[in-house]
Amino acid sequence: MNTAKSYTATRNACKMCTPLGAALVFHGIEGAIPLLHGSQGCSTYMRRYLISHFKEPVDIASSNFSEETAIFGGGANLKLAIENLTRQYSPEMIGIATTCLSETIGDDVPMILEGMGRMEDRAELVHVSTPSYSGTHMDGFHHAVRAVVEHCNPEGPRTRHRARKTVNLFPGMLSNEDLRHLKEIFEDLGVRLILLPDYSERLEGPSWVEYHAIQKGGTPIKDIREMGLSGASIELGTILAGMVEKGEKTAGSVLKERFDIPLVSMGIPMGVKATDRFFSALEEITAKPVPEKYKRQRGRLIDAYVDGNKYVSKKRAVVYGEEDFVAAMAGFLAEIGIIPVLCASGGRSGFLKQALNQILPQNIQGQVHVHHGMDFTQMEEAAGKLSPDFAIGNSKGYTLSRNLKIPLVRAGFPIHDRVGGARILHIGYKGTQQLFDTIVNTLLQNRQDTSAVGYAYM
Amino acid sequence: MSTTIKDPETIEPANMDLPDPEVVKKELLARYPAKVARKRSNQIIINQKDEDGTFPEIGANVRTVPGIITQRGCSYAGCKGVILGPTRDIVNITHGPIGCGFYSWLTRRNQTRPASDADDNFMTYCFSTDMQDKDIVFGGEKKLKAAIQEAYDIFKPKAISIFSTCPVGLIGDDVHAVAREMKEKLGINVFGFSCEGYRGVSQSAGHHIANNGIFSHVVGKNDTIKDAEFKINLLGEYNIGGDGFEIDRILEDCGISIVSTFSGNSTYDQFANAHTADLNTVMCHRSINYVADMMEIKYGIPWIKINFIGAASTAKSLRKIAQYFDDPKLSRKVEEVIQREMPEIEKVREEVKKRCEGKVAMLFVGGSRAHHYQELFKEIGMKTVSAGYEFAHRDDYEGRDIIPNIKIDADSRNIEELSVEKDAEKYNPRKTEAEMEALKAGGFEFKDYKGMMSDMAKGTLIIDDVSQYETELLLKLYKPDIYCAGIKEKYAIQKSGIPMKQLHSYDSGGPYAGFRGAVNFYHEIDRMVNSKIWDYLKAPWQISPELSAKYGWE
Repeated sequence: MNTAKSYTATRNACKMCTPLGAALVFHGIEGAIPLLHGSQGCSTYMRRYLISHFKEPVDIASSNFSEETAIFGGGANLKLAIENLTRQYSPEMIGIATTCLSETIGDDVPMILEGMGRMEDRAELVHVSTPSYSGTHMDGFHHAVRAVVEHCNPEGPRTRHRARKTVNLFPGMLSNEDLRHLKEIFEDLGVRLILLPDYSERLEGPSWVEYHAIQKGGTPIKDIREMGLSGASIELGTILAGMVEKGEKTAGSVLKERFDIPLVSMGIPMGVKATDRFFSALEEITAKPVPEKYKRQRGRLIDAYVDGNKYVSKKRAVVYGEEDFVAAMAGFLAEIGIIPVLCASGGRSGFLKQALNQILPQNIQGQVHVHHGMDFTQMEEAAGKLSPDFAIGNSKGYTLSRNLKIPLVRAGFPIHDRVGGARILHIGYKGTQQLFDTIVNTLLQNRQDTSAVGYAYM
Repeated sequence: MSTTIKDPETIEPANMDLPDPEVVKKELLARYPAKVARKRSNQIIINQKDEDGTFPEIGANVRTVPGIITQRGCSYAGCKGVILGPTRDIVNITHGPIGCGFYSWLTRRNQTRPASDADDNFMTYCFSTDMQDKDIVFGGEKKLKAAIQEAYDIFKPKAISIFSTCPVGLIGDDVHAVAREMKEKLGINVFGFSCEGYRGVSQSAGHHIANNGIFSHVVGKNDTIKDAEFKINLLGEYNIGGDGFEIDRILEDCGISIVSTFSGNSTYDQFANAHTADLNTVMCHRSINYVADMMEIKYGIPWIKINFIGAASTAKSLRKIAQYFDDPKLSRKVEEVIQREMPEIEKVREEVKKRCEGKVAMLFVGGSRAHHYQELFKEIGMKTVSAGYEFAHRDDYEGRDIIPNIKIDADSRNIEELSVEKDAEKYNPRKTEAEMEALKAGGFEFKDYKGMMSDMAKGTLIIDDVSQYETELLLKLYKPDIYCAGIKEKYAIQKSGIPMKQLHSYDSGGPYAGFRGAVNFYHEIDRMVNSKIWDYLKAPWQISPELSAKYGWE
């Protein structure tokens, strides 16, 4: 059944632009500051968007193009911006992401940076190409991670002294709480983790005793430099894995190519199955048994699945957001008996359908409508025909849920109409437990709200 | 019983131990390279009225130096986000990659109130041509045309407008030609804006581009004269947090009818009809004074500066409007409304003032708000020690008298100035020259704005386009009780232990305009500056470590 009409214009997009993802990555590196090469409005807009989700300071610099810069090129502006940033912020790294403006005029950023020569104790200058007319914020995110890894791990001898007990983990765009959970797991395993990016402390810190030009936290650059020596790399995201298969370069594939570091790709660990796969992989890579704590979490989760199944079984959900988020979330929902009747994303990697075919059980695939490159208006039209019971995704689905009169479970990014968006735990047994409880409770609340009698004992 | 607030000027805050502004300025400039420091030095001014009544010249509306993290937005943001954002029945199509449209999608909290469910409201939509690589390479005009046709087919709107983002100007898409063609084809008004983000110094350029566009393409298209006695336009009011609703309520109670608001809670027809009003009242001088000027030249509508932020200012503005219309019935009604509203305001004000008096505020926001909101702070006895605008021009600081002295630079030259003449048919002077002169002789001021500096104390620090880095230093040096700016500054300021009020989007509050708005603001500031939350910053064992020892088990 074709559920979606196609349109020329995008109405209420379900994606953001490429440099936003890159800017977020640089906030996950210790002492780094992002610099957008283009108009100042881009920095301002992306700052306000990231801030409205994280509710934390998010500085993004700009090379402030003028009309003349747009005509004659942005080299001088970029140099001045780097100089000024260095004086004010003393950053360890400046992450330079291009915008559609500098990309369209064809500024050769690597050449400009080359022309600046080397200076003692100047910040690392990492360039990532992020034209906003190509891909989504997720592409910007992955490209920035790759650019940082490439920059910090130049080609060298393939067989070096390996720190076998160290694992590189490229988590993709997860919440602060998710990142903290990953760190906790590795701590419990007793295995050294290099997590990139890690904005979990920097974008959720306490009050300051003294002023910080750049907030504390983030992956230390010296650790990133050691990634080429790790025992293995893990990349989370089924879509990302598809891209690697297609031959696209990611941080993990670069490390594999340059230093022969095994790369393990898997979906984001949402749901029991995906989390099982994650822990099995960890066991295999590190030769350490799954700590008791996580076994107990798993036990409690399965028990909750059993107890709560009556509330969720055969319910129908709309899932939307970044493609990898959608794939992982749909997998979890299917696992608890919810049919993800509409799986939609503004992204257009070409792998969403394939990923869902891999993840979802055969018997429900016929009921699942998968759409990439979709906006919220199309989604609403499509969902209207599918009698969904609820929607799950970021704040931008609010209008859809309001118009369709179905509850919205908030998850993913951006969440700007609730507090604590960055503190939502989506992954691992513990995160799955929280998602499960939230979904069940939302459905129960809805039953009470829409009941004429109002039963208190459900 | 007193029913008017004391002139705020006479409220003297308690003596404060403030740092020497010269020293502060020096510190602010210390970390900049020499050239940047020179430039910033012109934008950081210690307030001082000279003997001839003038103020020091401030560097304003000049480009931010690359790498300085500014709070400013771009031309597109000013055009699409600020000016056209609050209009509900025009389909606004962003022509460009997806980011610009997405980020300006209902983020300013401007509210709207369609007359009925059947009335168009496109404000919850974010339309974009979502340009892809191939559009950049082969041009986006075809896609734009198709998008306009599609918007027409689906929504049948009264008008469609197109906003150009950075790449559009570079690849040479002619949005104006597309607009003309589609206007012809569809028979509705279609117009485009060349508001590429790199044009101009800040969002202020975008305001100008938007207002010029509305003036050229919409104003004057509908000659229906509203059946009302006292008809005004409210210019430069954007209905953030429902400000416009409160102003509407007050004006309605006074018997003053609003023909159009630029552009809070506005519609296409209101703009088209704007030339039928008999007085233009200007709230935000920065974003719209030129529209008031153009309407006076073309249609003969005089304009005055008013301000509905602050209870006293609101009363003053209402009286000024009444004085213009010179009608005893109106004046009586205005006084009645003021007498009716004031007692409640006074009650809250006196109560809140007890807890706020003598506290210190800083405001770095907008093109008028940093000035207007000082009124509200004065009313509860708080003093503004430093303030500045994000995107204003020299006249907004120093007053309109200096306009002839403003240097035109490359950036301002790039923003089109419309040349306007008397409209052959529609020009109609609302007052005779003699009437205008008589009013002026009585102290009535037409098109007058004295700027922020004239209302600020000597020795206060005025900073244009304050940066994130400078903000942090200001907090350290002044330790203000409250800092007002936008969401980008908010969390860094609160991390430093200082309450921060957003005056772009009002956090989630408002309205703050008019009488009820003043009461809301008093309560809000009271809540913020007297909050106990900050007491929790340190855990008990951090405050007095000896305590924990006493509870030891041994």
